[in-house]
Amino acid sequence: MKFALKILKDFPAYLWSGWGAVASILLFIAFWDMGNQIYGDLVLPAPLETFKTLFVMIQDASVIEEIKTTLYRASMGFGISLLLGSALGLIAGFFATASMMSRPIVTILVGMPPIAWIVLAMIWFGMGDETVIFTVIVASFPIIFVGALQGTRTLDGDLKEMADSFNLPWHMKFFDVYFPHIFSYVFPAWVSGLGMAWKIVIMAELLATSDGMGASLAIARSQLDTPTALALVVIMIGSLMVIEYIILEPIKREVELWRS
Amino acid sequence: MEKLEVKGLNHHFGFTEILRDINFTLEKGEVLSIVGPSGGGKTTLLHLCADLLDVEEGSVKNSFASHTFAFQEGRLLPWKNVIDNIALGLLANGEKKAAAIQKSQEIALQFGLEEEDFEKFPKDLSGGMKQRVSFARALVVKPSLLFIDEPFSALDIGLKKELQAILIEMISKKEISILFITHDLMEAIRLSDEILLLKADPGHIVKKFQYDLPQNERDDKYVYSESAKILQDVEIIDTFELELK
Repeated sequence: MKFALKILKDFPAYLWSGWGAVASILLFIAFWDMGNQIYGDLVLPAPLETFKTLFVMIQDASVIEEIKTTLYRASMGFGISLLLGSALGLIAGFFATASMMSRPIVTILVGMPPIAWIVLAMIWFGMGDETVIFTVIVASFPIIFVGALQGTRTLDGDLKEMADSFNLPWHMKFFDVYFPHIFSYVFPAWVSGLGMAWKIVIMAELLATSDGMGASLAIARSQLDTPTALALVVIMIGSLMVIEYIILEPIKREVELWRS
Repeated sequence: MEKLEVKGLNHHFGFTEILRDINFTLEKGEVLSIVGPSGGGKTTLLHLCADLLDVEEGSVKNSFASHTFAFQEGRLLPWKNVIDNIALGLLANGEKKAAAIQKSQEIALQFGLEEEDFEKFPKDLSGGMKQRVSFARALVVKPSLLFIDEPFSALDIGLKKELQAILIEMISKKEISILFITHDLMEAIRLSDEILLLKADPGHIVKKFQYDLPQNERDDKYVYSESAKILQDVEIIDTFELELK
């Protein structure tokens, strides 16, 4: 509770520090507009036109429906790999054999291109939710798993000894000694897992479903509707930026205040 | 009667013999120090006594009501601020949060920490401050036996004297018993009732020195003259390889 309040209290100062980021985004948009003036509307529509299209789109109920579908798939997939990855990673970290054995498997999971997973999933599950969710899970699971594994593997033996010397009860040992350390590894892994999930969900939808934002993107491509395609991209990137910079980053700052 | 009794203690790490046949007794209100060169098994012996390592051969009987440990490197929790670190032992003993914070703040001030340091994380503290926090954490629970590993090694002379003075006051009131290790003979002479000389490879006790004058009556002159005396001792010269060639 105290922690949440502190995040809220520091939030305005954090937002105020974002002017640099705003300036850099505006600069990016300026370059985009320059690209439009050089290459024309078909190749690269002007930012203004894109944002107008975007404005029209978000008032359309069917587009909102597509966004919801994508959100559902991404959060299902990410949620499952968050739970599974964190839990299995923690368990594997506590046993030397398990962490040793899981390493090559993680390498396989990370090394396998997501596109190959999509093909396999299409064969296994057909076209639909399951394929997308499955692909999101296999893509973000290893990132979270490795984060949790590292967190438990790197627990400090000296601090454990200290905790023993003060006879800390188990709940204090967990919340005061182990948890903060593990969390400082797991939380950044969650953030990168989320970024991965959001990218993969679009790709999987584009190839394997007929609804969702990825599918809308595929339709825009086939109709050479560049403004709509760009507007979709803006939605995807915009939502990821909001989640990352407005929600996750302030939490991360508070959580890692103690780090040098 | 509370006491710590070590009998016929041997210890190995793998095939390396670390300690051989250690025997001593620490009675309530006594201060016992173990001196010896680095790598002589001092820390291992202390950890065995404090139940941080399992005893393999021999016995360690500790009948003190409570004990705490002040570590050489501080071992503070990096994600907790100064006060929360000090309060750790109190909270572990089931003390109420508010009371624990109150006590921690009092002892922090007594140990020369400033109020503006209370909210700092260990990363922002100097080595000496960390050691003060570690010391405060060990003493705030009022243990009947205190284990200290190289207590004053990272402190400047002034602070060293301050902390020693706090300990000496507690010792003369018979509030605490202490077992500590050091390689600083003067420190040992200032604080101890008995000094055990531990010789390396494997660690074994070669000599015991007794000091009967109460700690609060030992002045610098006493400490210097006793140090000079002990430095002439054949066993000390041999153990620390002090021979000048």
